[in-house]
Amino acid sequence: MSRRFTASRRELLLGAGSAAALVGTSGHMAFAKGPVTIGFIYVGTKDDYGYNQAHAEGAAAIKGMKGIKVVEEEKVPETLDVEKTMESMMALDGATLLFPTSFGYFDPFMLNEAKKHTDVQFRHCGGLWDKSKHPMNAGSYFGYIGQGQYLNGVVAGHMTKSKKLGFVAAKPIPQVLININSFTLGARSVDPSITVQVIFTGDWSMPVKEAEATNSLIDAGADVITCHVDGPKVVVETTERRGAFTCGYHANQQKLAPKGYLTGAEWNWATVYKMFADKALKGETMPNFVRGGLADNFVKMSPYGPAVSDAAKKNADSVKAEMVKGGYAVFKGPLKDNKGKEVIAADKAYPETAIELESMNYLVEGVIGNLA
Amino acid sequence: MSDSAALPSATTLADAPAPVFDRGYRYRHALESILVPALALVLAAAGFALFLICLGQSPLDFVDLVWRGAFGSAFSIQNTLLKASPLLLTALCVALPAQLGLVIIGGEGAVVLGGLAAAAIAPPLAGIPPLLLQVLMMIAGMSAGAVWIGFAGWLRAKRGINETISSLLLAYIAIALFNHIVEGPLRDPASLNKPSTADIGAGNMFGYLPGTDVHPGLIFGIIACIAFYILIFKTSFGFGCRVTGGSLRAAQLQGLPVTRLIIIACALGGACAGLAGMVEVAAVQGRANASLAAGYGYAGILIAFLARQNPLAIIPMAVVLGGLTASGGLIQRRMDLPDATVLVLQGMIFVAILASETFYGRFAWFQPRRAP
Repeated sequence: MSRRFTASRRELLLGAGSAAALVGTSGHMAFAKGPVTIGFIYVGTKDDYGYNQAHAEGAAAIKGMKGIKVVEEEKVPETLDVEKTMESMMALDGATLLFPTSFGYFDPFMLNEAKKHTDVQFRHCGGLWDKSKHPMNAGSYFGYIGQGQYLNGVVAGHMTKSKKLGFVAAKPIPQVLININSFTLGARSVDPSITVQVIFTGDWSMPVKEAEATNSLIDAGADVITCHVDGPKVVVETTERRGAFTCGYHANQQKLAPKGYLTGAEWNWATVYKMFADKALKGETMPNFVRGGLADNFVKMSPYGPAVSDAAKKNADSVKAEMVKGGYAVFKGPLKDNKGKEVIAADKAYPETAIELESMNYLVEGVIGNLA
Repeated sequence: MSDSAALPSATTLADAPAPVFDRGYRYRHALESILVPALALVLAAAGFALFLICLGQSPLDFVDLVWRGAFGSAFSIQNTLLKASPLLLTALCVALPAQLGLVIIGGEGAVVLGGLAAAAIAPPLAGIPPLLLQVLMMIAGMSAGAVWIGFAGWLRAKRGINETISSLLLAYIAIALFNHIVEGPLRDPASLNKPSTADIGAGNMFGYLPGTDVHPGLIFGIIACIAFYILIFKTSFGFGCRVTGGSLRAAQLQGLPVTRLIIIACALGGACAGLAGMVEVAAVQGRANASLAAGYGYAGILIAFLARQNPLAIIPMAVVLGGLTASGGLIQRRMDLPDATVLVLQGMIFVAILASETFYGRFAWFQPRRAP
């Protein structure tokens, strides 16, 4: 459970700092009668070894809870289809809490439904909910997975022999850039001569291009590959076949690369879904805006693979312990982008919660690649 | 076209004027074109039932859920109609060129470019009356689609390039171009993690048809299907198209402007798909982004072939397929089957309908009779 959140709720209950504390909580109180039906909607398949599987694993974690009924639908496109799926879950299954998990479900679809069905709670994965604009029965949850990519980078930095790493990325948007940059900074904290070559495939699910990108990164000398695409399966399998190391993303891909899998940055949505399910059962107010990282158990690391050296484990574990304490700043000045321009001044340090990181538009020094 | 015999347009020539004394032929012929696909559907259903039994599921439950999810309630019917509406237009993009014996499968490209053109002209024209803006957006969307598919037609007519391949490749180019423009020149800077064009404004969106959840795209689709049925079967232009489809040489010998007919038919089809993209922007998304490439262009191919390229038959076929898709979610949730189940059924129907072509003209009872 997020410590940050618990504190803000206690404040609310005590009636202290009323206006400030209201940010992040809903005014709506739903008292549960009988089983609570919770709907999950995924844009891809539930077993994609990636983004959707991570959510489906979170959903599976609450299936066994007493008084909770889970309904799920996969491969729902980000069109009116998702509105109809939400309506169908409410009308035919009696769902009172919905988790449309894909980024593009939020605006306009989830917002439309939230306005129409004020007695149902909607929580969206991403960071888009804004108290000043959006309905109070809607909300957002997200995790600081960049921390995990930093730890991936630390392990990769120890394991690389060529001092060249590869990153297969979907689109040059802030969430992806944070991951590329975190991975690079992690690796360069081990050895500043390490470079990370990045290839953007242009879309979230492009299996053929992902395989090509992985192959060309390895051909160019990279010996550890990681990625940020919806389903890392192709990248991980291709890397394993080529005999290079992989750092995973989204979910655990150890099974796909028993030899070369080092570790991975995974979502741990079970934490979030259990918290919401618990509140739904007790009829308590649900928070509108939840975020957390390693410390809050929103994000976790895959267990180390057989190839990882003791030095790498020791280094990564100690950084992880620092991160769990809180306030660990991956992005701190002086920091230059890969064109030599200073992007963070010497006296600045941004921990994962910093708002400045959310509009990231640069690749840090050490990344080989271009935006746009 | 070497394989024009396989195309339904060839069969339209077979409805040669019936001998006047055989008054029943007209009705028997109509009955044949209903009974053959019906038989194909029954065979596909039987095959699918076997598939379900192998999975340990009850086919009767499946039928019940399809009925409830697709047509069982006002909500389901509206859901079905919504799913059918873009498909009416994209199916026309296949069916119109098919009258000339062309197989155009790149409607998806026209959909995204049509949507992009519509979304692109809206922000600069902000402030003009919504109705005028919507008309201009329709013109922009239809023009973009017409140019794109018209170009595939031009390549066929003037350069002899296979239109199936060229339209498919043009669709890939269109999507790449679309992504480039949405993520580059036309990107709304506020759309951080999901690159989109600027919002067209809530006041400029299409509303719903009174008393329903259905947008006007359905009406556009139905009007277009009827209008093109009349164009193809009741005008000299349509007759020219069908003659060309029957035999290119014969059409040339008759002095028909074959090149022009090909380009116009392709452009008209493209305009329909472009309109589908415009509706998706003006009624659903409110902006252009990657969600426009939702596969409507490809689903349209399936429907056009199921309808045997008859514009009027597209309407029921789109409703059947829309209904199947609409019930897909309920089947996933209630029977715990993956999304791919409905795709298996669609595939079986498609193969059965295509294979059933062979039964036309095989049964003497349906054929014109000689005078006794």
